[in-house]
Amino acid sequence: MADLMLWGVLPYVVLVLFIGGAVWRYRYDQFGWTTRSSELYESRLLRIGSPLFHFGLLVVIIGHGVGLVVPRDWTRAAGVSDAAYHALALGLGAVAGVCTLAGVALLVWRRRTTGPVFSATTGNDKLMYAVLVLAIAAGLATTLVSTAAEFTGAHEPDYRTTVSVWWRSIWVLSPDVAAMAAAGAAFKVHALVGMALFAVFPFTRLVHAFSAPWFYLFRPYVVYRSRSGRTPPATRPAQRGWSR
Amino acid sequence: MGRVMAQVAMVMNLDKCIGCHTCSVTCKQAWTNRSGVEYAWFNNVETRPGQGYPRRWEDQERWRGGWTRTRGGRLTLRAGGRLKKLATLFANPLMPSIHDYYEPWTYDYGHLITAPLGDDIPVARPRSLLTGEPMQVTWSANWDDDLAGGPELAAQDPIVQQVGDRVRLEFEQTFMFYLPRICEHCLNPSCVASCPSGAMYKRAEDGIVLVDQDKCRGWRMCVTGCPYKKVYFNHKTGKAEKCTLCYPRIEVGMPTICSETCVGRLRYLGVVLYDAERVGEAAAVEDEKDLYPAQLDLLLDPDDPDVQEAARRDGIPDTWLASARRSPVYTLIKRHRVALPLHPEYRTMPMVWYIPPLSPVVEAVSGTGHDGEDADNLFGAIDTLRIPVEYLAELFTAGDPAPVERSLRTLAALRSHMRRVNLGQERDPSIAEAAGTTGEGLEELYRLLALAKYDDRYVIPTAYGVDDADRGVIEEIGCSLDFESGPGMGGMGAAHGRTPAPPFGEASGRPDPASVETFHALRTRQTSDAPADRADLKGRVNLLNWDGNGRPEGLFPPKEEP
Ligand code: HEM
Ligand code: SF4
Ligand code: SF4
Repeated sequence: MADLMLWGVLPYVVLVLFIGGAVWRYRYDQFGWTTRSSELYESRLLRIGSPLFHFGLLVVIIGHGVGLVVPRDWTRAAGVSDAAYHALALGLGAVAGVCTLAGVALLVWRRRTTGPVFSATTGNDKLMYAVLVLAIAAGLATTLVSTAAEFTGAHEPDYRTTVSVWWRSIWVLSPDVAAMAAAGAAFKVHALVGMALFAVFPFTRLVHAFSAPWFYLFRPYVVYRSRSGRTPPATRPAQRGWSR
Repeated sequence: MGRVMAQVAMVMNLDKCIGCHTCSVTCKQAWTNRSGVEYAWFNNVETRPGQGYPRRWEDQERWRGGWTRTRGGRLTLRAGGRLKKLATLFANPLMPSIHDYYEPWTYDYGHLITAPLGDDIPVARPRSLLTGEPMQVTWSANWDDDLAGGPELAAQDPIVQQVGDRVRLEFEQTFMFYLPRICEHCLNPSCVASCPSGAMYKRAEDGIVLVDQDKCRGWRMCVTGCPYKKVYFNHKTGKAEKCTLCYPRIEVGMPTICSETCVGRLRYLGVVLYDAERVGEAAAVEDEKDLYPAQLDLLLDPDDPDVQEAARRDGIPDTWLASARRSPVYTLIKRHRVALPLHPEYRTMPMVWYIPPLSPVVEAVSGTGHDGEDADNLFGAIDTLRIPVEYLAELFTAGDPAPVERSLRTLAALRSHMRRVNLGQERDPSIAEAAGTTGEGLEELYRLLALAKYDDRYVIPTAYGVDDADRGVIEEIGCSLDFESGPGMGGMGAAHGRTPAPPFGEASGRPDPASVETFHALRTRQTSDAPADRADLKGRVNLLNWDGNGRPEGLFPPKEEP
């Protein structure tokens, strides 16, 4: 019963909160939709911590994508041995995870010790950081567990036959509760904290991630707008970001 | 001819600035009197030589604002192109810190009345507005006001460093002036080009550069992109803010607040027409010294029938064309070429122009016992006083002294010519000729610069562009304050007879935006000659707007009936 609630119902509650919350906030709180950058107050620590955290996180996100989306049979069929796959995934995952954790640790420390940054920290930020740090720490713990299993040969179910199978089953609306129930404890904790992160995501400053401005690469440099609302043509042709 | 666009531009006559900061204060009252932008001055006045605000903003080796020309002749953002911008999004290495502006503070006034009785007189100590902690005040927006000669401070002026050490001593003894600065509302705005979310834009109708507060995501790239450091980051809301050229006022034909309240009456506002398709080309000319002529060349002659036809083709209404023909700004910039752009070498094509100060020259001449209104003395001094001229040239023409000299010679000729006129002497055409102009030209300048009537200084057409039917015949102008519950359509906003009336009386519903309230209070005060005793103020008197006349009802609470 508990398994069904946790792995069969909760994911959908989180999805509704995540998507519905984001849409709701986008419609009603454009003004609050910002990074709320604190670089004006302090930049020495931010310049190390923020790129460390964000670039680490980018790799982590890509890693999650590959690990969860691509079934084991496919990589096997592509001629990648399980051992090679795990060595790569764990190696890269551990490095990226440690960078992310170190980055976020530096950011939290900066928030606590730099007077103006601390004054500008809201309760919402504190909650966000608690969930975020827990999610990263739990994620790193799963990497440790898997690595340990790899070296000691201890029996630990492969996440690619448990967590990933469950994750993919959510999207076809028939959650494979049993698969997730069979996963290791560390994975269960990580999945739960991860779901908490997604649930609060739209209601925190993290929404800035939705607005990653990739469109900047494609638009003309100078933007004109008309009072009447129609956009007048650009006076200079757009130039691609990579051509300069 | 390419696409013709209109721009509301400003000229400031530096000779008349007394450095009173009235413009800064009234601007602050109107726009940045809120937490989060305590440190921001959309209008600031700097003593030159001096470091300016934020400190050493002109040092583009460090801040990398504006544009540069690549070896291939293309224009690129000095701080790096699009990919570099995105890669440095997580922490912007070129972002100024609050200490480059100053840490905002208040005073612990409460202590004055809560201090326990004792021998010492209680004092209000400064407290940081960022942390609430007691702090030492060590710098502010105009900390080096009037201290231009101070060796430690003047030495930090990036332009002094450029002009060179050899001259510092002489220079300090002869030369000081004030430089009021607002956003330049550039034709080629690098702030707009730096904004990754596309939240900043240049308004097509009047060229005003604005930040869309709903679309800004706080990537803070505009702050570094602007070489004039005129975009500020609101650290409370996490959004960028900047000078709006008081667009709600401009739209109804009123001058900006800084202009309206300027004590020296030295600001001019008017429309210029320019060829938008040639902006990129003009901003990319190879030699920096050619930037001023290239920029001058962009501005189109509103009296030229071809220009008028092209302007109509591109949707500029006749009222705007008529206004452009009377524009004092065009007259000063192009007809007489006395006004110069600030730092054209940043290649943003700035649209706030400056008439360089002649006073250092006049003072040097009269200080040595000579006649400071004699043309030959002044012309000679302009030629020999290399230092002020070189300094001004670094400021206004990328180091080329010729246009600065030309402008100063015209101002000198104006002085001598008008003295002869006022003393009833015969006009001497050689004076005007020596400055490359005519007696009539000088008298036109005299009317603009010395008499400086309100209606000559500000020639601002009302807004257009809401509806194509507006063209030529604007009957009812649309206004940006004209939103739901706004004051447009003759209403007075939420608190003042809004239709439909708010359900639970005056105090219900959303409050008026501050801009709307200020707008109406100001308009009421400026257009009525009665004291602020008006029924529509609903029994309240806003002391900030009370002009001191009479004893308006509502100034004191009603007497209680015994
Ligand atoms: C590609 C997308 C993203 C971009 C462009 C981006 C950019 C930024 C920027 C500019 C800041 C402000 C730094 C400052 O000046 O103070 C920031 C802060 C932050 N970002 Fe991101 N971000 C992205 C994705 C994410 C994601 C996916 C997360 C977490 C799930 C995240 C978590 C944070 C946190 C926690 C902060 C606050 C740092 C602090 O000031 O303590 N970001 N981000
Ligand atoms: S001066 Fe104004 S328009 Fe020009 S770059 Fe700076 S903020 Fe933008
Ligand atoms: S109000 Fe006018 S005179 Fe006073 S500082 Fe400002 S620009 Fe100069």
